[in-house]
Amino acid sequence: MSRQGFLSLGDRMSDTPPPNVGDGLAGIWRFIVATLRRLGLWGRGFVIAAPYFWLLLFFLIPFLIVFKISFSEAVIAQPPYAGLLQWISDPDLGELRLQITLNLSNYLRLLSDDLYWSAYLSSVQMAAVSTLLCLALGYPMAYAIAKAPPSRRGALLMLIILPFWTSFLIRVYAWIGILKANGLLSNLLASLGLADPSFELLYTDFAVYVGITYSYLPFMILPLYANLEKHDPILLEAAADLGCRPWQAFLRVTLPLSMPGIIAGSLLVFIPAVGEFVIPELLGGPDTLMIGKVLWTEFFNNRDWPVAAAVATALLLFLVAPIMVFQYTQGKQQERED
Amino acid sequence: MKRFGFLSWALVFGYAFLYVPIGLLILYSFNESRLVTVWGGFSTKWYAELLNNEQLVNGALLSLQIAASSATMAVILGSMVGLALTRFGRFRGRTLLGGMISAPLVMPDVITGLSLLLLFVALEGLLGWPDGRSATTITIAHTTFAMAYVAVVVQSRLAGFDESLEEAAMDLGARPFKVFFIITLPLIFPAVVSGWLLAFTLSLDDLVIASFVSGPGSTTLPMVIFSSVRLGVSPQINALATIFVLVVAAGVFAAAMLMARQDAARRRDEQMAAQGG
Repeated sequence: MSRQGFLSLGDRMSDTPPPNVGDGLAGIWRFIVATLRRLGLWGRGFVIAAPYFWLLLFFLIPFLIVFKISFSEAVIAQPPYAGLLQWISDPDLGELRLQITLNLSNYLRLLSDDLYWSAYLSSVQMAAVSTLLCLALGYPMAYAIAKAPPSRRGALLMLIILPFWTSFLIRVYAWIGILKANGLLSNLLASLGLADPSFELLYTDFAVYVGITYSYLPFMILPLYANLEKHDPILLEAAADLGCRPWQAFLRVTLPLSMPGIIAGSLLVFIPAVGEFVIPELLGGPDTLMIGKVLWTEFFNNRDWPVAAAVATALLLFLVAPIMVFQYTQGKQQERED
Repeated sequence: MKRFGFLSWALVFGYAFLYVPIGLLILYSFNESRLVTVWGGFSTKWYAELLNNEQLVNGALLSLQIAASSATMAVILGSMVGLALTRFGRFRGRTLLGGMISAPLVMPDVITGLSLLLLFVALEGLLGWPDGRSATTITIAHTTFAMAYVAVVVQSRLAGFDESLEEAAMDLGARPFKVFFIITLPLIFPAVVSGWLLAFTLSLDDLVIASFVSGPGSTTLPMVIFSSVRLGVSPQINALATIFVLVVAAGVFAAAMLMARQDAARRRDEQMAAQGG
């Protein structure tokens, strides 16, 4: 039997007897296994190929489709966009030509309309401020947990993760009752004589900062803790022996060493926060502009899929750099653990 | 901690920030009055109303079903990725796989949702599948982003113990398939369980992606909650939040008990082994 070239695949396949109807399911299963084994897709190959296929189909290819549709024209149809490729028959020449129409108007609109620019900028600003708030609140907490007696660390960490297991939507909702006019906070301030009960923080940018910080805090604390916990206390003792005051030792030893944790935590907060939709929608005001909200409106309210796709593509381009940094730090961490 | 210094205050303030809003939700779920800020006496009527809210109950049932199936698929696929990335050394396409598995962790939901919807529409045009948007498309979408979380959890567990046990089993003649089920799987089992729970919660929690890829008739619980929250504060949602928190707290408590018991059993075994030897 020939074992060369492309023939070998067919030959190898023919080694496996096709399933017999009488064999039932077991026979079909044996046939599938044997075929996969011959193709090198059983065992290790299968363990790699199955998730690979899934991620290519449901994660990577969708981005290409978004990119493609961002160049098409919105039409009133189902689905509401025009195709890029069109077969045009030329009656004079009697031939069929393939015409590709790239429609740049969606991107031109993003560039010319101020709405999109200011939405991108204010999303980045909102996400950056919230990330700093998370860092300011999360770093001392992560540090305190890492310094706590080992027997207590598990429980303290659990308490950080616990709110994360309850519904995100409900956690955001909790702030509506606190921040609204005649809400819990304004009533508390009023009873202290500090503000009027009609004092309202809901529907402001401040409420969005609070919401993002509240929802994403665990994502900041966990990588920071994972980093801080590994620090060797001997380093701080050495710094003290060499005459460093505790805060100097912190600034010159602990802080630089915890940089990978700070970067990982900040990116885990910053990147999803830039595209956040629920928090600005529920807590923000009418002038709270965030790109996730703009995309949602274009898609669901205006039903302009191509513009929504262009907004998504531009957002992705904005985020490529931070995502690459995140991947790089994750990869480095992986290598260290290996 | 010798004195109550800055770090302790940071912890107190941080935990208060995390828990006071949840505590207030629970407290006001037992409020007789419809107004959030006025205490009208103790009552459980919102719980009764919650159970009679057909839309909410149906949404919850659909969400639980989607969460269970997507978590199961995410655990299988995510563990495969974790295994491939930690145990298979270098293989072609490893970098791409690593990239595709960690990108969903930070990808904004609006992008994931939109891109999956456009994929489903394109696939439907090409192959006639999936036939419209339904619970199936939501399940696929949730599996895709949840498997990234599972992979991270499994990966860190696999990195935590060395390969000598697997190698020993291999030296004794076990085939890779058997090694996985007898050695590797029991060792990573805690990670697989917590990965499943994480995937389950993430799916139960997702509003944005589900809104993009759901069709008529597949309204999940977060979608029901969102549309009611948009209209204002409702004590029913407070009651729902309380149920959520209780279930989660009970689950975490049970898991902690189980782990403590397993730990104790392992220590006893080690002691007996030491005495026997």
